[in-house]
Amino acid sequence: MSKFTLQINGKAREVDVAPDTPLLWVLRDTLGLVGTKFGCGIGQCGACVIHLDDSPARGCLTPVSAAASSKITTIEGLSGDGSHPLQKAWCELDVSQCGYCQPGQIMSAAALLAGNPSPSDADIDDAMAGNLCRCATYHRIRAAIHRAADIAAAGKEARA
Amino acid sequence: MNSVLQAPLDRRSFVKLAAMAGGGLILGYYARPAGAAEIGKPDEEKVDGVFIPNAFVRIAPDGSVTVYSARPEIGQGIKTSLPMVVAEELGVDWKDVTVITAPVNGSFGNQSAGGSTSTPQSYTLMRKAGATARTMLTEAAAQTWGVPVSECVAGGGRIRHTPTGRTLSFGDLVAKASALPVPAEDAVVLKDPKDFTLLGSRVGGVDNPRIVTGQPLFGIDQARPGMVYAVYQKCPVWGAHPLGANLDEVKALPGVVDAFILDRTVPGDRVTGLVPGVAIVADSTWSAFSARKQLKVQWGEGRLPDSSWDDFSSQAKAISAAAPGAPNVTEVRRDGDVDQAFLGAAKVVEAEYSYPFISHANLEPQNCLAHVHGDRAEIWAPTQSPEGLRKLVASVLGFAPENVEVNMTRIGGGFGRRLDSDFAAEAAAISQRLQVPVKLTWDRTDDLQHDHFRPGGFHFMRGAVDSAGKLSAWRSHHVHFGAALGADEFPARFVPNYLLLASKLDNEIPQGPWRAPGSNTFAWTICCFLDELAHAAGRDPVEFNIDVLGDKDLLPGTGPRGRPYNAARMRNVVRQVAELSGWGKAMPRGRGMGLGYFFSHQGYIAEVAEVTVSPSGSLKVDRVVAAVDVGSQIVNLSGAENQVQGSIIDGLNAAWRQELDIQKGRIVQSNFHDYTMLRIPDAPRDIEIHFLKTDYPPTGLGEPALPPLAPAVFNAIFAATGKRVRQLPLSRTSLSWS
Repeated sequence: MSKFTLQINGKAREVDVAPDTPLLWVLRDTLGLVGTKFGCGIGQCGACVIHLDDSPARGCLTPVSAAASSKITTIEGLSGDGSHPLQKAWCELDVSQCGYCQPGQIMSAAALLAGNPSPSDADIDDAMAGNLCRCATYHRIRAAIHRAADIAAAGKEARA
Repeated sequence: MNSVLQAPLDRRSFVKLAAMAGGGLILGYYARPAGAAEIGKPDEEKVDGVFIPNAFVRIAPDGSVTVYSARPEIGQGIKTSLPMVVAEELGVDWKDVTVITAPVNGSFGNQSAGGSTSTPQSYTLMRKAGATARTMLTEAAAQTWGVPVSECVAGGGRIRHTPTGRTLSFGDLVAKASALPVPAEDAVVLKDPKDFTLLGSRVGGVDNPRIVTGQPLFGIDQARPGMVYAVYQKCPVWGAHPLGANLDEVKALPGVVDAFILDRTVPGDRVTGLVPGVAIVADSTWSAFSARKQLKVQWGEGRLPDSSWDDFSSQAKAISAAAPGAPNVTEVRRDGDVDQAFLGAAKVVEAEYSYPFISHANLEPQNCLAHVHGDRAEIWAPTQSPEGLRKLVASVLGFAPENVEVNMTRIGGGFGRRLDSDFAAEAAAISQRLQVPVKLTWDRTDDLQHDHFRPGGFHFMRGAVDSAGKLSAWRSHHVHFGAALGADEFPARFVPNYLLLASKLDNEIPQGPWRAPGSNTFAWTICCFLDELAHAAGRDPVEFNIDVLGDKDLLPGTGPRGRPYNAARMRNVVRQVAELSGWGKAMPRGRGMGLGYFFSHQGYIAEVAEVTVSPSGSLKVDRVVAAVDVGSQIVNLSGAENQVQGSIIDGLNAAWRQELDIQKGRIVQSNFHDYTMLRIPDAPRDIEIHFLKTDYPPTGLGEPALPPLAPAVFNAIFAATGKRVRQLPLSRTSLSWS
């Protein structure tokens, strides 16, 4: 066991776990942040996507020891109150069926929009191909990312 | 999860009113399945207390309305749609309704989610639950004002006296309404559907805000104080038993709390009971996963440790040559004289179709939190069958069922897998030994290799058309692993000379319902073979199939379990989908359209797929058009479209690349790197859904839009390339053309 101080969603959190523990299980079992999901454990499904220093990463493949110096953002910390344009668009377009993969989808999409505020369908397909949706909500995921881009653009205009 | 038409529940239901502590109005609504002993009788001791389990509707003095959702939410949207039905009849704004997951206590009638039965079984029941409350509130208002009830209408959470415009809120009326007698069921007047304002509109899922912020909702998210974490190793070969394991070594590993073998006979077979294995319990999921890597088990590998898919294929081929009456060849149905019809046919077509085993692959792996203490058990589980789970866990633990409390969680994908409760049996047995809360988590390999699979199968087909280009004979030999085609499966009853034979292959493979069981493969073999016959006859496939569907409107089922087939409804969706898709338009080589249609789960659905196949063989499904007849009322338009879109992409997902190979009595694949699922780039860009309103009771949409998709795509591939693919998955066949 080793002690780590993690920067998660803007807060410092102390944990005492085996250094090889994937961040996924530290979040879920140690810290009770269960929005990050377990699906495959080998980086194939994307249910555990989080942000490390604002870049998307797989919680299941990131040992806690490798994340100790990074800023960690999970779905719980994406906006804190559900006000991120993607979270709004996901509700507006009723994307979810079972909903299990959606935190990972939203975290991948958030990283896409951060670097590309107005993505094409092809950009979306490229950025989101690592996230499985077993209920196959892919249609609405595409539409909701476009919608979120519009919401974000309108928000910027309003502030300008 | 079969397709047998269900008798409506509402005629044997009754309502019960009780005063609630705090003065709220409680309407408990109980349902008994036809022919069953009375279930869900209210506990009179508790009705007057704070805990009131037997209620669908609760209205508080502040006017807030709570509706209980009694069916498991697996992504089919039932937690939103059935409460919408209550709210519509009650006359309350949707934004003022709070939906709560119901407890599992026998008071809510059937609480399972499977077979697309929740809507047909509960639609009228939910209408009456809402209408009864509205009737009593209206009566209370009329009495308050001293006016005739006929002058009072409900809406927006208020009762309005139409001649004067006076209103009273529901909250103002709960005390008076609570004192009124419950009206007789027949005295409750349901709304005229033309006055519906909520049903048929688009409503977002009630859990959406919590899903997109990552709140604990699912089975795997549950936690209890003092909880430990378990994994459970079973033999990859089905029907095996552990003979021994290096338990002492494992127990010495970091974080491990205990490790032990579970191998005992309990009621239930190897599919629905407790499968023998080795449990490792640790202080975290990761400690348990890590310790498992060091586990070494000696297995007794069961009865068929050498079975393989290749061998099953050879056996199927061999038995397909056998004549009716040969050993292991069952004659399921015979009409007319098939042999004579083939002799007199203008064209005869023969074909062999095969499809593999596939997995449910629920993205939330099977899991369960169980706390067994003394003679009681509490279970939190993502289950499609909470009562089935309760019975199984009780039998595993040796408890009375009432000593097992089951809590339904939101479910990360059902697809039929979670109608079985083996994972809960494992968690409960482990917790019984430790007497503390145990969370069992299957890893992806457990989930893929110990699924209750969608069975593979083989269809050996022979069909004939006569000189007029009409279907004249059909002979099918279905070689299966446990579930044969039914005697009424299409096109039985639609062709004068028909013979269906079935043979079962000896196997130990656990199987279970997978979204649209049976239909999800039968539609593919049947509609693709009909397409072959249409082309053999030199006819347009839509016209040929409309001809097959005949001129009768309703064909009765055969025998006591037979299903009626409404050919008029099917002809309607086939004609509509042809028109809406622009069927028959000229397309260049490499592009094509195909038709699929199927009756399953009480839904009549036809789909046309439009595909592009490049000369090198890469496939794009450009467009799918669906004509859907699920009766008179779409409950939630957003949810209904979600189900059809999802079924269409899921149908493509299953047919394109999914395949579990079997070698040495076990599944070869172990995770999503070798079990390939469809991803967003392959999802069709264009999906057009048309709901056709018909005068039939509303039925479910979790399943019936899936079966027509695969034949639509495969027939489109034939139209585009001339390649007839008769083996699933599609990825096994090169589609290249020149």
